[in-house]
Amino acid sequence: MVFRVSRLSRLVGAVTAATTVAFVAACGADDGASDGDGTVTLEFAQWWGAELPAGEFDRIIDEFTAQNPNIEIELLSAPYASTKQQLLTGAASKTLPDVVGLDGAWVNDFAKQGAITDLSSLMAEANYDDSELASQIQIDGSTYMIPVVNFVYPLFVNKELLTEAGVADVPTTRGEFLDAATKISASDGDVKGWALPLDTAVPNGIQNDVMSWLWASGGSMLTADGKPNLTSPEVKETVEYVKSLNDADVIAPGALTMKEQDKVEKFSNGQIGMMIDSLAHINLIRENQPDMEFEVAALPAADGYTGERGIPYASWGIGISDSSEHKAEAFKFVSYLMSQETNAQLSTIANGFPGNKNAEPDFGSSDPLFRTAFEIYQQGYPANEFVGLPKSEDLMRSFAEQLQLVLTGGSSVDDALAAAQENWSSVIE
Amino acid sequence: MTLTAPRASTRAAPAAPGRPRSTLARRLVPYGYLSPTVLLIVVLMVVPIVMVVGYSFRDNVIVQENSVFAGFANYTKVLTDPDFLAALRNTAVFISVSTVAHLVLGLTFAMMLNTQLLSGVTKAIFRIVYILPWLFTIAVIAVIWRLLFDPSGVVNYVLQTVGLVQQGVNWFGDPATALWAVTFVNIWSGYPFFMISLLAGLQGIPADLYEAAAVDGTNWWQRFRHVTLPQLRPVIISMAVLDLIWTSHQFALIWMTTGGGPLNSTEMLSTFTYKQAFSEYEFATASAAAVIVLLLTMVLAFFYVRSQRER
Repeated sequence: MVFRVSRLSRLVGAVTAATTVAFVAACGADDGASDGDGTVTLEFAQWWGAELPAGEFDRIIDEFTAQNPNIEIELLSAPYASTKQQLLTGAASKTLPDVVGLDGAWVNDFAKQGAITDLSSLMAEANYDDSELASQIQIDGSTYMIPVVNFVYPLFVNKELLTEAGVADVPTTRGEFLDAATKISASDGDVKGWALPLDTAVPNGIQNDVMSWLWASGGSMLTADGKPNLTSPEVKETVEYVKSLNDADVIAPGALTMKEQDKVEKFSNGQIGMMIDSLAHINLIRENQPDMEFEVAALPAADGYTGERGIPYASWGIGISDSSEHKAEAFKFVSYLMSQETNAQLSTIANGFPGNKNAEPDFGSSDPLFRTAFEIYQQGYPANEFVGLPKSEDLMRSFAEQLQLVLTGGSSVDDALAAAQENWSSVIE
Repeated sequence: MTLTAPRASTRAAPAAPGRPRSTLARRLVPYGYLSPTVLLIVVLMVVPIVMVVGYSFRDNVIVQENSVFAGFANYTKVLTDPDFLAALRNTAVFISVSTVAHLVLGLTFAMMLNTQLLSGVTKAIFRIVYILPWLFTIAVIAVIWRLLFDPSGVVNYVLQTVGLVQQGVNWFGDPATALWAVTFVNIWSGYPFFMISLLAGLQGIPADLYEAAAVDGTNWWQRFRHVTLPQLRPVIISMAVLDLIWTSHQFALIWMTTGGGPLNSTEMLSTFTYKQAFSEYEFATASAAAVIVLLLTMVLAFFYVRSQRER
């Protein structure tokens, strides 16, 4: 009995230790992306699948694998925030999936880390004709991200509230916008003319709701050589205009911690008359308020401005990991997504605008407002100067903090812009 | 049988010189059993902590291939950063107010649930109601309170209706009220754990202590002060120290309600560290901030371990 207990004990101990060693070995082993039969499996991490109607993205992927039987695509779909966290970690540890969905705000940092690869060389190697691409995000002259689908941010207007306030037309200039917002705010104590989300956890309100005013009037927050230019008269006018909206009490309360979803919710509930928002939210607003009468329009420009208007946008961008062992196959997949037919298909189901110049989304079954927005998009130009900047989220956050000071009376516009300029200059060298 | 086996094993030991391999194997057996735990501790705790400490002494870590040794530069940078000092102050207020409120509310509700004055059914209903906040995840809590504390939300509506405020207060959006608003939400979501633990402690106090005190002619307050509190003291100390540690790590609630704003009025050590790492990509200073938080937490952990030893 003693002997048996001792033997058993030693056996269990040895097996436990061996399992532990095996576990450690397995952790360090290569996961093997290429099967014995020559089939290559590409991992594709993105948040797109989570935002598209169920099964639609899989259909597009299946079509690719049917055309390329030696390439398998493993979709790693997660919500935007989770994808961002995973990619940040993956970029730091050089373990990014082969193909990655990218936001323009991340590109510079990933490229500088050497986490994503130079697509220009891959295009050259594959003899790819990039003339069809609407845009490419470049760092130091090399392409690192290709925008696959673009989502523009036009002005949303609640026509009912506008009419009730006695305003006949959708505002097209800053002066008209202030007037309309003031009248809407005066018509009902619980309704405000506009919403300004300045939450610093996700500070994209600076890009979508503040700098968009600047771009709509053809302005720029950067110099010709890409350096910060926040003390320019155009930027100052823009911030002073936002301040004038605040002083006129036409901005919904709670702006300093308001998030983008709060803005959409307030618009859906009829608590604000106007907002600058992603076109992608049209369906959400229709679902929440089927009877709401609203329009989309180009962003109001500075009074007297007659030039082309920049319209802010966000992209579903795509890039390839620098550590991928199958870059050629990965680029084949990228070029498939950018092909005229597939890109039009993807843009249609995403309710966005194509990254391929020649692709045209099918508006047949879409909300008529998408066609209106597409016309606005074609009349102006896509503008988002944060795309490709280093630490762009941090730049937005520091600007948001200065704007918060301006709106709460803690700083003058000049001082705030000088402080933001100093901060940005230390980041954008 | 369990008694004979070790004895027999001990007796067998002197015979070992003739079988050295067998003795070695026997000595290694306990380590074999321990190896999974040791591995998990090393992989999940020791390695990350050592890496973070290592990062804190270097510059350009993670984002650049060739980081350089920076000595205490990151610590100097963090400790002289006004945002860090503001975060330290906010965290101190947040955790101390939260812990005291958790204790007071938890004890009050636990005593209500332990009273003889209410029937069993009534106490069961209250027990469910009181514990509800603990059942929600932080994400749900954040959404609920963002809606309730909205300038046009329910809280302002009630306060305006009863005439306590003239116009809607911007609870999360006003720098003057934001810290108190997130502290309130943290108190709301955390008191049930105190309540349950203290209720268990109250139910463990022998009834004869109260009977003896009653015979001595004591009133309610004297019984509370001289019987209840001394009996609960070990539980209270343990819970308070643990709560200080847990609350100092609170991140999700702050991030999802105020994001550290407005104007850094709710910036905590956790949100400061997160922003350094994932917004500014300053992993070295983020690591230095994390090590400082670790050291502060270790002080609290020391008191916790000491209180446990005393028990």
